Amino acid sequence: MQSTKSLFENLKKDFPILKRTVRDNKPLVYLDNASTTQKPNQVIDAITDYYQNHNANIHRAVYALAEESTKAYEATRDKIAEFLNIKDRQEIIFVRGTTEAINLVAYSWGRQHIGKGDIIVTTEYEHHSNIVPWQLLTQEKQARLEYIRVDDNGELVLDDLREYLAGGKVRLVAFSLMSNVLGTITNAAQIIKECKAAGVLTLVDGAQAVPHMSVDIDELGCDFFAFSGHKMLGPTGVGVLWVKRSVLETMSPFQGGGDMIREVHKYESTWNDLPYKFEAGTPNIADVVGLGAAVDYLAKIGMDNVREHEVELTRYAIEKLSKVKGLHIYGTQDISKRGGVISFNFADVHPHDVAQIVDGEGIAVRSGHHCAQVLMERLDVAATSRASFYIYNTKEDIDVLIDALNTVAKVFKL
Amino acid sequence: MSSNADIYHEMIIDYSRNPINYGEIKDHDVTFHDSNPLCGDSIDIDMKIDEDKITDIKFHGKGCAICMACSSVLTEITKGKSLDEARAIEKKDILSELGLEHLQAVRIKCALLSLKVLKSALYTYIGNNLKDDKDVGKLKKEAASLY
Repeated sequence: MQSTKSLFENLKKDFPILKRTVRDNKPLVYLDNASTTQKPNQVIDAITDYYQNHNANIHRAVYALAEESTKAYEATRDKIAEFLNIKDRQEIIFVRGTTEAINLVAYSWGRQHIGKGDIIVTTEYEHHSNIVPWQLLTQEKQARLEYIRVDDNGELVLDDLREYLAGGKVRLVAFSLMSNVLGTITNAAQIIKECKAAGVLTLVDGAQAVPHMSVDIDELGCDFFAFSGHKMLGPTGVGVLWVKRSVLETMSPFQGGGDMIREVHKYESTWNDLPYKFEAGTPNIADVVGLGAAVDYLAKIGMDNVREHEVELTRYAIEKLSKVKGLHIYGTQDISKRGGVISFNFADVHPHDVAQIVDGEGIAVRSGHHCAQVLMERLDVAATSRASFYIYNTKEDIDVLIDALNTVAKVFKL
Repeated sequence: MSSNADIYHEMIIDYSRNPINYGEIKDHDVTFHDSNPLCGDSIDIDMKIDEDKITDIKFHGKGCAICMACSSVLTEITKGKSLDEARAIEKKDILSELGLEHLQAVRIKCALLSLKVLKSALYTYIGNNLKDDKDVGKLKKEAASLY
């Protein structure tokens, strides 16, 4: 058994893209992991192997290839069940990503259960994917959308939730487990406990949390949980929606088509069993297989080790960034309450200009509103720069970023 | 220093720190607002137009150094021009003024947001003051060819 430290030191070799150089031969320093992560050979190979050796449509044909492809596709469902402690594999629905997962809930659950005057509560630090579907739904149903505010420390003001719950009109509380801008880890246990006591359903956006920390859905006790594969070493175009069976059974189909039906007649149809009722059409088989390989990869490292590695990087980065004159970090400084996502602004330099100059040094950081314009409004900024870490990042990567920020200071005469 | 830092030469930094024609014109004859949905940059342009001449122009909003510098240069070029002359301003007129001809595609939108707002403002004004309906189709075609 190798030590955790040497484990992480050896990871980079699994990621071919991290060997390349960019912009005048600078080694790539990839710090945009909250947006998407790079893929290890294990994931790339699993997808290639699927297409080279097993490709066939699933759930239908009797020949050998179809049996293999079905088995590979369904194996990922089991891996995810184990990875997130989901007791019932039939509650796991493969979708395109978190965005599609939340839209599915808004469409299939929301249209049935939300009516005039009902309230859906979300938070000020949500990604647009956990805001816009609720705007569409509440506008259609003459329902209301309310927000839990974010305080100056980047944490949710839970008294807002209590106030809304007390009104008796709330039907759903939808929140992210980790903010994609501030890195704040939401006190989900508390929110879910209070919602349960009020008989209100909860939806957890796990897009930023699942890749970076241990998540136990059974223990969490929410009703809906969504996440994306590509932010956790997996391919783009595949994600998961988990819904508690008792809730899932009250939902009508999302899309109609093949695979989601039991019987189709000229004027009516009956639906397939769960979860296939919600997986219309030929799914993204190869990428589901790739996601399975990503789960294997992360499970082998251990999510507690992943979290520990990122805590160490985040602590180091905050310490170094705090020393850069004129640099302001958003969100809490309490490492135990945040993930490896650091948003900042650098004096009066626009984040685009920061990103452009550090890109010249081979560093990929994000600049902009990070699909969180409601939060940008709350922070009263047009945009921020954001560095976000993953398993393959090192303290040296952060040192390169600090050097590049010194270049920014020089160019802008700070 | 990297080639990426090279685009941030003295003029860009100066203009971004001290933009020219920055502000509002309260009694404007036309105003237009637009933003870049990808980055949140946001620009308003106000103009005073006398007969056929742009007698005053100001911009305000939020944007990166490239966006602010280009907005300054654009308003400087536009002030005093006739409507037809302003309609003829092209992308290259702005980019070459600041040595940004080779700006990468993703930043071109920062550089040209204010030009887009200017053209939209011009067509709004011209459209509102059209005397002959036949001109509308021609104008729409010209506007569509811009972006």
